[in-house]
Amino acid sequence: MFTQYKSWRPYISPFDPCKPIEVKYYATPPQLYMGFQPPGLPQFPTAREALMAGTLWPQLFSPYPFPLKGGRKHD
Amino acid sequence: MWYYEKKLQYPVKVSTCNPMLAKFLIEQYGGADGELAAALRYMNQRYTIPDKVVGLLTDIATEEFSHLEMIATMIYKLTKDATPEMLKEAGLGDHYVNHDRALFYQNASGVPFTATYIQAKGDPIADLYEDIAAEEKARATYQWIIDLSDDTDLNDSLKFLREREIVHSQRFREAVEILKDDRDQKKVF
Repeated sequence: MFTQYKSWRPYISPFDPCKPIEVKYYATPPQLYMGFQPPGLPQFPTAREALMAGTLWPQLFSPYPFPLKGGRKHD
Repeated sequence: MWYYEKKLQYPVKVSTCNPMLAKFLIEQYGGADGELAAALRYMNQRYTIPDKVVGLLTDIATEEFSHLEMIATMIYKLTKDATPEMLKEAGLGDHYVNHDRALFYQNASGVPFTATYIQAKGDPIADLYEDIAAEEKARATYQWIIDLSDDTDLNDSLKFLREREIVHSQRFREAVEILKDDRDQKKVF
């Protein structure tokens, strides 16, 4: 399944001073996978949606903050 | 921890007495795209990068230090027996005033090394793209130094170092592919 975010589990030492963050996330936004943008990609149905997204094409849109359940502290 | 082998990664031979080449080579010693910047950049980024590519950054950082040692050897050989007059003619008069014949982490124009040359953004993709760019810039710098040098023995070592930049760039590009890969991703939503 294609994901715009990946996760990994850093090593946790029994002697770590702070409560571990067990899973960390990083972004892998769509432009990493597209190469040359193919012609004729579907566009947002309205100009307003495109303006709000910052792109005409939903396939290039990268949401942030990470849309994770619970999110991160600063979300 | 590191083990040290008291030898160079690739032999360094300098066959012509041309201290001006030392001035140019200093760019790869303490310049923005030099070996010191590369080694420190990767050595530092590896702490916060996903564990799949930590080993790569450690290995490449270590190799960059061995390149730094080769560059230092070249600069030392080109300057150790130069008289102050020869250094002045080579454009190294200001270097002599400040450092005698000691090596110093600065670029070809004498600007001292600064941590602002390197970045650790924390975003794995951003950091690896910076690393790829750094390798390409170092490759270009080697090309321009080779263009300015007519010492065939020195150029032989420089061609080796240029090729290593190409290999490192390829490895960093592979690291990006590893981090892009969706395999072993559990659905986390």
